[in-house]
Amino acid sequence: MHLRSSPPPRADALAKATGAERYVLDFAPAECLSAGAYRPGAALNIAHGRVLGVDASAALAVPGVLRVLTAADVPGTNLQGIVHKDQPVLCGEVIRHAGDPVALVLAESAESLRRGLAALRADIEPLPGVFDPEAALKKDAPLVHPQHKGGNLLLGARIEKGDARAALKNAPVVVRGEFSTPMQEHAFLETQCGFARLLPDGVLDMTVSTQAPFRDRFEIGHALALNPFKIRIRAPYLGGGFGGKDGATVQCLLALAALNAAGRPVRMSWEREESILAGYKRHAVHLRYTLGAERDGTLLALSCRLTYDTGAYAHLGCEVMELGMEHAAGPYRVPHTHIEGRCVYTNNPIAGAFRGFGVAQVSPAFEGLMDALAAKLCLDPLELRRKNALLPGDENCSGVTLTSSVHLAECLDELAAHPLWTTRQAWRAAAPRFTRRGVGLAAVFNGMGYGRGLADMAIAKLELTEAGEFLVYNSVADMGQGNAAAFALLAAQELNQSLAENPGAVRLLQPDTERCHPSGSSSAGRTTYTFGNALLKACAAMREKLLARAAMALFVDETQALELAPGAVLHPASGRSLPLTALARFLKRDDRVCVGEFLMPVAQDPPDTGRAFQIGFPHLFFSYGAHLARIEVDELTGRVRVCDFLAATDGGRVLDRSCFDQQAQGGAAQGIGYALLEEFKTRGGLIQTADLSTCLIPTALDLPDIQSLAVDGHEPTGPRGLKGVGEVGLNGPAPALASALEDATGERLRDFPLTPERVLAALNKRRPPSRRRA
Amino acid sequence: MKLSFTLNGVLVRADADPDERAVDLLRDLGALDVKEGCGTGECGACSVLVDGVHKLSCLLLAAQLAGRELTTAAGLGTVAAPHPIQRAFAEHGAVQCGFCTPGMTIAAAALLARNPEPSRLDARRAISGNLCRCTGYVKIVDAVCAAASELSEAPGGETPGAEDQA
Repeated sequence: MHLRSSPPPRADALAKATGAERYVLDFAPAECLSAGAYRPGAALNIAHGRVLGVDASAALAVPGVLRVLTAADVPGTNLQGIVHKDQPVLCGEVIRHAGDPVALVLAESAESLRRGLAALRADIEPLPGVFDPEAALKKDAPLVHPQHKGGNLLLGARIEKGDARAALKNAPVVVRGEFSTPMQEHAFLETQCGFARLLPDGVLDMTVSTQAPFRDRFEIGHALALNPFKIRIRAPYLGGGFGGKDGATVQCLLALAALNAAGRPVRMSWEREESILAGYKRHAVHLRYTLGAERDGTLLALSCRLTYDTGAYAHLGCEVMELGMEHAAGPYRVPHTHIEGRCVYTNNPIAGAFRGFGVAQVSPAFEGLMDALAAKLCLDPLELRRKNALLPGDENCSGVTLTSSVHLAECLDELAAHPLWTTRQAWRAAAPRFTRRGVGLAAVFNGMGYGRGLADMAIAKLELTEAGEFLVYNSVADMGQGNAAAFALLAAQELNQSLAENPGAVRLLQPDTERCHPSGSSSAGRTTYTFGNALLKACAAMREKLLARAAMALFVDETQALELAPGAVLHPASGRSLPLTALARFLKRDDRVCVGEFLMPVAQDPPDTGRAFQIGFPHLFFSYGAHLARIEVDELTGRVRVCDFLAATDGGRVLDRSCFDQQAQGGAAQGIGYALLEEFKTRGGLIQTADLSTCLIPTALDLPDIQSLAVDGHEPTGPRGLKGVGEVGLNGPAPALASALEDATGERLRDFPLTPERVLAALNKRRPPSRRRA
Repeated sequence: MKLSFTLNGVLVRADADPDERAVDLLRDLGALDVKEGCGTGECGACSVLVDGVHKLSCLLLAAQLAGRELTTAAGLGTVAAPHPIQRAFAEHGAVQCGFCTPGMTIAAAALLARNPEPSRLDARRAISGNLCRCTGYVKIVDAVCAAASELSEAPGGETPGAEDQA
């Protein structure tokens, strides 16, 4: 017998499972012109160079090539960027990384575009480049942005609490370590894409695979001197985003193409190689850490310096580093902290937002030192974490008092009681020949929302349609995390409609800047929290309104006597009811609409530190997680196999268990890839892993059956008590796997990813085998 | 060049360029459920069944479709009448962004046609040429195994994939 799982599947699941769902390019009209960027750096082996000229003559001779545009054709500032506008739409004077575009080709077809791009020639004189942040900060280093006041230092910042220097001097135990974490490619399955058309009334109508349609209008408007309110952006379901579609990818280039297409529709779709070449990456970070504690393991002080390589442009580099710094001491009580951060321009690929936003980079360092401390003090590593774990009311490492929900201790208790942990010694001892086994763990957290200084806002619009169904005007793009389905579920619960019986009772309109109300981006673990809260308000207003309107038709003089029921308003006392279809006809269109808005609360009395940050410091809400990994290491090849992986997560109250587990498993999977096999390589700023045959991500054979445990917390400010759960899962695997590897081999690897070559070198350094943890 | 083939049970005639890729022709013919993720045979998003065999349509020329029977995800089933594999994907949470999903279900259909009772490792092997960046694959494997049990227990031994598309 086929057993149906009890809750109905995600609202978008069946349409996607049958291939019926439409993504951006599926909506593109057949008669679209094709636009593409010419990025000559990679072919010329130049990551930093002066643009002496672009020869378009051969390209323009290609049949079907309509226009070749260069920087001279760009109206406006020709600068894009979410916060810091430093990235040209088309480079006119200098290319600062190998993927910088110097021309835009507009052609009749994809084929003529390809030929046109191949026929373009650019004369680029190589300039000395900087490819390492330390080298970039040296006196006389070539400058990536000569006009930037700080030279190659995009931002230097400090978070301080207490007196870390004195506390470390007096600490009975001190551990130190240097770590490095690599760049990471988002590798969403749908590459960056969109299509656009300039309408006769002057409106630029765009459909884009984007995480921030409302903000995109302003970024495009600034770059191209367009009125942002004459740009309409639609964002259908994305084929993945993970941060890499936050901020302009195709947007400005596509808009420029449409402005030059005489009213014809234009499409742009990056090929996979272009996506890897020009797309944003996770920042590579170098970390230097010192941690001091009492002999009983009570943490006293942390001092660290983080160096983020933001590549050629700022993108969200300052904000990514801010979040990393805010999480630098881990989810622990640390009375004294001194956290320094430097975000540095280089001629490497552009780094930007990526799930785990700066925090995935610091977690291997703080957890690495927690293991070192446990080893030095002969303490159980789980006990040490439990002892120092943040509790409600504690002050975190930036000095914010946690008035929000905190359930890290419960996450650790879940691990402590789990058979994968309690049976670890017997399991490890049973390692097959030429194999070592190890068990590791990590405690992590991740802030939710934009932080102070930037309104984390959403406005939800809800309509009772003429057909008597509810329509949610979703303002926050769904890149796959299921927020749209969560909105349908929240609305159905609040409006007492049954999606199981009638999946059409609540319908969804995906973001459209013309029809939906403005809301922030799909990012920062904020999506379901902020928009969900706004939507609940809209639903409450709708329920009140419908009861009041139905009272008239049902001859009832008190709305309290009425109930909103599936498909109708009921008067239980008399058994009379009014179908929503009838009620909808009774109301005028503008009377069938309710709007709710929500602004995320921020930390009150923020600590007087981190003054260098323009926005985003500090955060008030955090999700927490504890991860456990059991691995086997092949002594002959250095290959690490993840046998078991367990993620216990505090994401507040669980709204939909399946969606919750999806986030935990998906985040952990990307984290395992980041930790073990995603070695994004550059040499002199040139990408060596240029396609999916070398830029690897985990396949189904590289991952175990990742287990997800939910700690059922409750965040009082969250919609139905939930918190954002999308990001925290990425932060645990790297430290948990490094911990397991140390348990297996006795060596702590501090440079990621933990490739077979590195593991083998560590094994060879340390024969015969020794175990530090008995 | 003119060619004809069967697309999801319907005979289609098309005019294709000699160097046209199958994925482009299929999408031009309206088979928008066929996705392209890399164009170089690395990601599996463009998976289709050609005479019941799992193939990547970005690596096939349109000409290679002549006379063949093509099944895309939409040919397995629809929202109104989903194939058990598709229903299992939806019910077991195997779908997140969904961009890899049509190709994944094709890989699953090819597996179940040749191995009606796959182990979890069999399922993992069968989808190992199809990348998914969202799920970590756990729920996809759950779905494939659940669909297998449903199909093997169904009266009359319903078989998935191309066999029932003839």
